[in-house]
Amino acid sequence: MYPARFDYAAPQSIEEAVELLGRANGEAKVLAGGQSLVPMMKLRFASPEMLIDINNIPGLAYHSADPDGTYRIGALCRHVDLEKDENLASQQPTMAAAAPLIADPIVRTRGTLVGSLCHSDPQGDWASVMSALGGSIVAQGPNGRRSISCIDFVTGPFQNVLEFDELAVEAVVPAPVGTRAGGYLKLERRVGDFATVGVAVSIEFSGTQVTRAGIGLTGVGASTICAGEAATMLVGQDLNADNIDRVAVLAAEISQPRSDHRGSEAYKRHMVATFVTRILSKLLPTTQKVA
Amino acid sequence: MTSLFEVVSTESSVDTPIRRITVTVNGKQHTLDVEPRLLLAHLIRQGLELTGTHTGCDTTSCGACTVLIDGVPVKSCTMLAVQADGHDVTTVEGLASASELDPIQEGFRDEHGLQCGFCTPGMMLTAKALLDENPNPTEDEVRWALSGNLCRCTGYQNIVKSVLLAAEGLRAKDDVEEDEAS
Repeated sequence: MYPARFDYAAPQSIEEAVELLGRANGEAKVLAGGQSLVPMMKLRFASPEMLIDINNIPGLAYHSADPDGTYRIGALCRHVDLEKDENLASQQPTMAAAAPLIADPIVRTRGTLVGSLCHSDPQGDWASVMSALGGSIVAQGPNGRRSISCIDFVTGPFQNVLEFDELAVEAVVPAPVGTRAGGYLKLERRVGDFATVGVAVSIEFSGTQVTRAGIGLTGVGASTICAGEAATMLVGQDLNADNIDRVAVLAAEISQPRSDHRGSEAYKRHMVATFVTRILSKLLPTTQKVA
Repeated sequence: MTSLFEVVSTESSVDTPIRRITVTVNGKQHTLDVEPRLLLAHLIRQGLELTGTHTGCDTTSCGACTVLIDGVPVKSCTMLAVQADGHDVTTVEGLASASELDPIQEGFRDEHGLQCGFCTPGMMLTAKALLDENPNPTEDEVRWALSGNLCRCTGYQNIVKSVLLAAEGLRAKDDVEEDEAS
């Protein structure tokens, strides 16, 4: 299978990439890892006139914390960079849980987190992780940079608010209020399949009290679902078996799964509640763990 | 210099974009003119006639087309040939030397790690990347690393054994080389 004919540019700087995007007037796509874009082009679901390959732009392959705890993931940070970072579990537990579950090991050597967010696949894993973490995307255009909350970023399947002359340069996770905890669980039929159900949970604690909480759901709606309503129930409280149960039930109610070859609606709802309970129960003090 | 224009297109047109790339495949440098839409898998198979790299699913699932780019496994059906410009590519043909098999190939031979052989090149290159990074993997680590490569002969059991045997072989070889050096 061949993609339709396109022109190709490999700029050496962000500014050059932005200029090329502007000149292409909406007919160009940005190529980072290419693990979703290239297959879509081969299947002719996408046929951009031009590809702007950002892989030669130096300084975009980073993921690190600022001194204040703000976490930044550059546009060329590959899934495998996150998967192999031994410090990630303590700094970003939800991201660390998700990284090894993205696609398969070989796809993870090329694919990027920022690229996944921009691809805006309703079944993407990173979108629910970033939505749980309250993350944002920084886009650079001809007039400078702007920050877009991940919750406002996606407008529909494979659609987002990026202007045609904007390049997403990094994803940002705000500094935690207190200590950060959380996880990501994904049910998939086999490695590399889309999630039947994916649940991202992020909790920030001051002492034992929850200061901030977020839940993102993958695969159980027409797009990523931010179950913020369920998560905020926990704010101001200590985690216990009762409130975990209530959050799990509410998250399952908020989800909008459809019955398909991956499972029935009822089964998927049940899995949402189960995953929320599993992730939160691990954060309980050891004396009161529930199933 | 070879023109690979004909690999994707028989009609020539002034509108066809062409890029000149230099890529090192199994240690040999090639300078080639390619259309940007040429996939790396096709550059390797049709352009360089290295048909050990197989294209199976063509949709980034099966891993039969896996090659190493600067030592990192990549599905070559999902990478453009132009993106390999300036990089080192290793295909299955790059594993054996003229006189001896690579320990990974020996592992697959000794443990019967293949039936039809279609997935084998991808399996071996993924295994090579694993063993280069982790010379002493557990069985779980081998299974995890190979989870992006599909075998439809249901031969995973022997493939995993092959990689573990190869790891043993490589460690023994390293020990001998260290002894000789000291």
